[in-house]
Amino acid sequence: MSKEVVLQVKNLKTHFTTSKGIAKAVDGVDFTLHKGETLGIVGESGCGKSITSLSLLRLIPSPPGKIVAGEILLNNKDIVKMKEEELRKVRGNQLSMIFQEPMTSLNPIIPVGEQIAETIRLHQRLPRKKAWQKAVDLLELVGLPSPEKRAKQEPFQLSGGMRQRVMIAMALACTPEVLIADEPTTALDVTIQAQILELMKDLQRQIGMSIIFITHDLGVVAEVCDQVAVMYAGQVVEHRNAKDLFKTPLHPYTQGLLKSLPNIHENQEVLQTIEGSVPSPYDYPIGCRFADRCPHAKEICREEAPELLETENENTKVRCFMHTEKWNSIRQEGELVCP
Amino acid sequence: MFLFIAKRLVQIIPVILGVTLVVFLIMQMVPGDPAAILAGEGASQDTIEQYREDLGLNRPIAEQYLTYVGNVFQGDFGNSLKNKQPVLDEILLRLPITMELAFYSILITVVLGLAAGIISAVKPYSIRDVSVMVVALLGISLPSFWLGLLLMYLFSVKLQWLPVAGWDGPANIILPAVTLGVGGAAIVARMTRSSMLDVIGQDYIRTARAKGLKEHFVIYKHALRNALIPVITVVGLQFGSLLGGTVLVESVFAINGLGRMIVDAIRTRDLPMVQGGVLVASLVFVFVNLLVDVLYRAVNKRIDLN
Repeated sequence: MSKEVVLQVKNLKTHFTTSKGIAKAVDGVDFTLHKGETLGIVGESGCGKSITSLSLLRLIPSPPGKIVAGEILLNNKDIVKMKEEELRKVRGNQLSMIFQEPMTSLNPIIPVGEQIAETIRLHQRLPRKKAWQKAVDLLELVGLPSPEKRAKQEPFQLSGGMRQRVMIAMALACTPEVLIADEPTTALDVTIQAQILELMKDLQRQIGMSIIFITHDLGVVAEVCDQVAVMYAGQVVEHRNAKDLFKTPLHPYTQGLLKSLPNIHENQEVLQTIEGSVPSPYDYPIGCRFADRCPHAKEICREEAPELLETENENTKVRCFMHTEKWNSIRQEGELVCP
Repeated sequence: MFLFIAKRLVQIIPVILGVTLVVFLIMQMVPGDPAAILAGEGASQDTIEQYREDLGLNRPIAEQYLTYVGNVFQGDFGNSLKNKQPVLDEILLRLPITMELAFYSILITVVLGLAAGIISAVKPYSIRDVSVMVVALLGISLPSFWLGLLLMYLFSVKLQWLPVAGWDGPANIILPAVTLGVGGAAIVARMTRSSMLDVIGQDYIRTARAKGLKEHFVIYKHALRNALIPVITVVGLQFGSLLGGTVLVESVFAINGLGRMIVDAIRTRDLPMVQGGVLVASLVFVFVNLLVDVLYRAVNKRIDLN
């Protein structure tokens, strides 16, 4: 794969200063997004997915939050270092976002058409009438029935699915290079979910944008994503092609996640879980953050923090000693015993 | 919308009846005999009775009340007991003065209050925010008659920038309007601040920022309009206490407005005058409330007025 890289995130750290101490919500996230590709960021609640996505647009409420380290390179320009004005030109234009909650993410007292048109006027400098017409066209594009009429309505007159379509139309208004979708289907019911996913895939083909899809739903990942970054405790632990990941997960956490999915072909009495709980973001262990829950953990896992390293396979990265040469040597020497 | 306004206008009728009843009964229960006061000190019992007869005060209370209400609906508020002139004439003379005072006061309340509230909310817990809120707290705590005297002493007596009292020109308006408006401004400022802070934390403000809108667009277009909804209510209520406040402020600054008229009428037990004054003040308040409801709906279409 020698596709053009659109967005590259290197060692991103977003910390929150609270009265309890410093919460390291995002603590070393790396991933790469290619043109036209869909990258899924998966992980359980609290692993830092949403904070990562908000950090990409620098929408973290500050204080208490702050990006303390790392680079977010959009076409090789670092968003972290951008001035406010430069950043505003990127937001909603090159990089736009769909939020999880369609019910609360639209301004309740502004007609939805205007909420879309204002983005168009802002970034494309179109006159009022043309911007409005474009907003109506966009609503039609996202499959909203009678868009002329709907554009004049306020969010409370629309259903949840319709509102999410409006959010998508708004995000697509300036044909962004990258669309960040933060759990866009979580708040919707299943039939609407499928429609929205289909719509997003369809629009991606038409516009040719890249998508970052944030979700905790592995089913959704399997359906829409080309690449996957699995997050655990504020870090990416595995980053690779989606098909490969589902076939042969490398990181023990990913393995655990996939195992805990119920399988339709097997007659399972009890659902698999991952034993233990996620470490607190206020106090991460020195070593591997998954070590306490990992069935393969050795002493080194608790003493040293593994890095996200490329394996023999190209474009496959994993944060685990198991996939380093060191691991085998440890086992051979028999210095450490598997718990 | 028109249906709503028509409905509200009809609803005003029982409110007016209620107001007349309350004022009428209160004046009945207040000690002192209007007929005796009118007849003057040392008047004979016969003279007092004569007055009572003329004014209809010897008839049953219910009858007195019904006659009064019937007249009110025909635009006859009765005659002053003191100078025998129609009450309505006096009110029409005084009302514009009080309305002008009320207008400038509410202007100060809204403009000053909103500005202070926004300034505070944009940077919460900053030195700017804290100092604005301390001043607002002072504004709420100071009694208006005292503030009026203070301002008068400073600007009229010491600095001699503004006239002490009266109602002859624009310069006369400033001190009473400030005195009357500052308390409301302080309340509006605190309300605006908390309402703005609440709105700024909402998801749709994050959406607005994610679009790349400039911060002042985010604040004024997306946040302020939503934050205004509870503020409008407070301003409407504030207008009520403002009307009450005119009584004090008009007395302090010797303005011949409706408030002062009512005070004088109470002092001389000029029953029809008090009733007329309170009735008109109530009417004004009811109409302002109607205006507030209409405004409410204009800002927030989710409110179903019918």
